Amino acid sequence: MKPGHGEVLIAEGDVQLAEDEQRLIEEFGRQLDAGLWAAVPVHDERGKRDARMVLAFQDIPRDADRVIFFPRAAGGR
Amino acid sequence: MLLALSATALVAIALLSDLILPRIEEAYSRLRARRSRSPELMFDPGRERRAEQRARELLRSCVGDEEWSMYRDLGFIRVWGTMADGPELTGGAAYAYLIYPHRPIVAYLAQTHRLLNEYCVGFPDETRPFGSARLPDSDDVLAKWMALTGDEERLIETANMHLPGRQLDPVAVGRDLWRLARWERVRMRSQAGMPADAAG
Repeated sequence: MKPGHGEVLIAEGDVQLAEDEQRLIEEFGRQLDAGLWAAVPVHDERGKRDARMVLAFQDIPRDADRVIFFPRAAGGR
Repeated sequence: MLLALSATALVAIALLSDLILPRIEEAYSRLRARRSRSPELMFDPGRERRAEQRARELLRSCVGDEEWSMYRDLGFIRVWGTMADGPELTGGAAYAYLIYPHRPIVAYLAQTHRLLNEYCVGFPDETRPFGSARLPDSDDVLAKWMALTGDEERLIETANMHLPGRQLDPVAVGRDLWRLARWERVRMRSQAGMPADAAG
């Protein structure tokens, strides 16, 4: 998510392929190092949707189709 | 006579120039600074509209159908709270939050609609890619939704908590809760195949 832009594709790949996975791990680390939060939209068996905040690449469900990075929360006025 | 007046005017201008010239120079440099800055800070309504359109699509793809319809029709999303004691020791009573774009999150008791707190929280992007740290409206709503459903406690701890009414008019929030209840009745009847105008 970017001001003035909305959604931006950062990287994509297949985690089953070692080369892609390595690239995704590196990009994931870069985004977190830049101070962003990461979340994975998920849904349960009844179709209820929510999000899972992830702090490490290993926390991302293997079948997740995307990870969304967004600026970290800050207390507002 | 004319010569005398001209001479007086020239003398007056010469005397005042010490006062006037620095102000003119200052105004001119301010104008130049503003002009040199404006290209990157200029608000582009087209760009913002496209950003909001992308943000809406992303929001729609992440939240459930009910939440998306709620946002589209009412302008806010309700998220049920999951903390055992609630945000304010509610004694286990069901509570929820209303998420508005770029406004505080409001917590309320589901049964009585009593407003509990306002949580002021933002997601500023300090890289300011187009001169602003502000996400599109729907991205702000999605960020709040993900943070609330993903880690409610952390978001609530991060936010600045205020009593209801600090920024959002409690009467307006009460009206929104009434609109939400009515919207849910109409939706339920519509899903059950009953006429919507029977909702009351």
